Amino acid sequence: MTHPAPHAPDVTPIVSMDMITKTFPGVKALDDVKLDLYPGQVTALVGENGAGKSTTVKILTGIYKTDGGTIRIDGQPVSFAAPNDAAKAGITAIHQETVLFDELSVAENIYIGHAPKTRFGLIDTSEMHRAASALLAEIGAPFNSHTQLRELGIANKHLVAIARALSVDARVVIMDEPTAALSHKEIEELYDLVDTLKSQGKAILFISHKFDEIFRIADRYTVFRDGAFVGDGRIADIAEDDLVTMMVGRSVDQIFPARAHDVGEEVLKVVGYEHPTEFSEINFSLNRGEILGFYGLVGAGRSEFMQALFGITKPSKGVCRINGDITVIRSPADAVSNGIVYVPEDRGKQGAVIGLPIFQNITLPSLGRTSRRGFLQMAEEFKLAREYSQRLDLRAAALDQDVGNLSGGNQQKVVIAKWLATQPQVIILDEPTKGIDIGSKAAVHEFMAELAAQGLSVIMVSSEIPEVIGMSDRVIVMREGRIAAELNGADLSPEILVRHAAGITSSSEGNAA
Amino acid sequence: MTDAPQPATQARHVPDRLNSSAARLFKSWEALLLAVAISIFMINSFASPYFLNAWNLSDATFNFTEKAMIAFAMALLIISGEIDLSVASIIALASTAMGLALQYGAGTPELVMVGLTVGLLCGAFNGFFVTVLGLPSIVVTIGTMSLFRGISFIILGDDAFRGYPSSFSWFGQGYIYWVFTVEMLLFVIIAIIYGVLLHKTNFGRAVYAIGNNPTAALFSGIRVQRVKFILFLLTGLMSGVAAVCLTSRLGSTRPSIAMGMELEVVTMVVLGGVNILGGSGTIPGVVIAAFVMGLVTFGLGLLNVPGIVMSIFIGLLLIGVIALPRLWAMVAARRKA
Repeated sequence: MTHPAPHAPDVTPIVSMDMITKTFPGVKALDDVKLDLYPGQVTALVGENGAGKSTTVKILTGIYKTDGGTIRIDGQPVSFAAPNDAAKAGITAIHQETVLFDELSVAENIYIGHAPKTRFGLIDTSEMHRAASALLAEIGAPFNSHTQLRELGIANKHLVAIARALSVDARVVIMDEPTAALSHKEIEELYDLVDTLKSQGKAILFISHKFDEIFRIADRYTVFRDGAFVGDGRIADIAEDDLVTMMVGRSVDQIFPARAHDVGEEVLKVVGYEHPTEFSEINFSLNRGEILGFYGLVGAGRSEFMQALFGITKPSKGVCRINGDITVIRSPADAVSNGIVYVPEDRGKQGAVIGLPIFQNITLPSLGRTSRRGFLQMAEEFKLAREYSQRLDLRAAALDQDVGNLSGGNQQKVVIAKWLATQPQVIILDEPTKGIDIGSKAAVHEFMAELAAQGLSVIMVSSEIPEVIGMSDRVIVMREGRIAAELNGADLSPEILVRHAAGITSSSEGNAA
Repeated sequence: MTDAPQPATQARHVPDRLNSSAARLFKSWEALLLAVAISIFMINSFASPYFLNAWNLSDATFNFTEKAMIAFAMALLIISGEIDLSVASIIALASTAMGLALQYGAGTPELVMVGLTVGLLCGAFNGFFVTVLGLPSIVVTIGTMSLFRGISFIILGDDAFRGYPSSFSWFGQGYIYWVFTVEMLLFVIIAIIYGVLLHKTNFGRAVYAIGNNPTAALFSGIRVQRVKFILFLLTGLMSGVAAVCLTSRLGSTRPSIAMGMELEVVTMVVLGGVNILGGSGTIPGVVIAAFVMGLVTFGLGLLNVPGIVMSIFIGLLLIGVIALPRLWAMVAARRKA
């Protein structure tokens, strides 16, 4: 499986990560991975969601500590105790969410924390603006150092982040999905900038899901899968299809519950859902007892659409039919009363009400049934909570325990229990197994299959290909807010999913899958 | 259909409750407050020979009954994560409106209606800006604090409305039986209503859920903005009730009526164990806090302590009662280490 690195350049890498391991409670995020970054070259780090790319970036920038392995800079082993150490070593990262300050000027944003000082220890404003102007000229920014940051658009803010990265004399620049929010023209300008950085001998780590851009800009590639190193080499030596194969792999080592794929009549039909910015032209139907997977890259608009369906946000257009009747959903309360429930991805913020006990979390949307004329009936609440916590095999000390004291997996169980207690028709699970350990994952999968068998319709939003393929009767792939494909049966292969999600336009000739 | 009984797999038993209710009660904030209230009561009875007099104690209740009426509604509002700092100004506006109605010949029932209606309208005004326009309640109600009282000042200037009918004085000066005042009865009734509303109804549960996590509450199908709007209405309404009582007790309306009362109301709520950031607190706690504040002001009054010094005591009491458990925990942690 492992591709040796052919034609490794003779130059020594600036940064060399070897046998890096990083474990989080219950999850091995990185397992003996290696990554080399060469001066004057762009290395693309390729992998699915959860492959360990972000963890790698956080290790390189000193945010996480490794559990094993060595990082060498110019051949010397180093260890970063704090983010500052990585910055001193010349490693800098540009994220989509690089923290910038809207109310400050461009120069202040670039030099915040390391501004040039006068001999009295005050900020040397004129020197700061001079240096900032030089940097801005270097990257060809169309604004000056006195501009207020809030006047800039997203692409120009990006340039400020890049200038800030360069202001610390970076030798290694990490770009994490830098083009995600940029227009076509802005992307071209970014490519020019990357070329400039290359010509200055900087090593660039480029993380992207877009294959066209990887092949356009990268000199080398490194592929991770499920936290493990798969291979690396020169872009010139590999074909797009082979890279996809390396990325998704073929082994599906998780066992998914066997399911009878017989589905009942239509329960939900969505016609022409549209949102001014997040998604458009969403049409699909969902049948009784079916598991419908929604696959796509981060930012494809899946969660946004689901939240519109659940009444959190308002679609600008579109009709939703439940059991054939047109139903208007203006709020989550409407959705719940129409039998649609949503288990959000962000458990801590949107799922469980931390601070309330477990049983009150479970009964929260079902209070209408457990109460009498608006008055709480504690005995009824405990009865319902007992029933569903047993059904989900909840592990807790007591039902009156604060839900915040539970592990992530058990919090997820409380949220699911909360919704099942409302006896819904459609349950939307948004990344139901994200960040939970393998054991709990299997339990969630088992349970999902069981729900479908009992006649519940399940929509599963997931970025994990094995899960999407292993669990779904049918899969809808979304890309850039639209439905890119609807797949089932034989079409359900990792390669095809990735192709549709990433928008790889080249025809699949030569692709055996 | 989805509710079909599950084949009894390893049915794990999770007990309903971890601690007995007696154990919780003993460790609660309310128990601590009650101890404080009892000690203040004892100190007072030693410090002044006039303290243990039924009529004096009865008079002392006026120190807190009107504030407490608002504090109960305010407690729910603060638990939900919002606040209303305009309550004292609502009293001023409601009282002024009653005075105006009086000029047009309104009788006692009309006066009460006017007071309550103005309170409700002011609450709706605050609620609109917070729940419909999504503005922060602290800013909105600081604004309406000036606005409502400003209107009173424009209408009244240096004047005062006087001459309320004698039947109207029943609310603030009347007695139900022996030393028990009408305001005390109202205090008890309102405490029970809010206690039941917060602790025994679905609405109360929604208030807690919203205060702990408004997003998750929304995602759980709770109509968050509607609940908050109702809470602003209730706070406005209770300010209207307090306006009726206070105007009746004073027998006149000046634009400076109830000046600064909002801070005493908030103090009472926080002293009662309500988390100023929302999410937790109880009505019994606020009831005890009302007594504590009443006893402190009354005791100091008997000792001829001037008002400004009293506010120092109230401030120290608030900080002390809040800091004590935290200090206690720090000491305990250090001892363990």
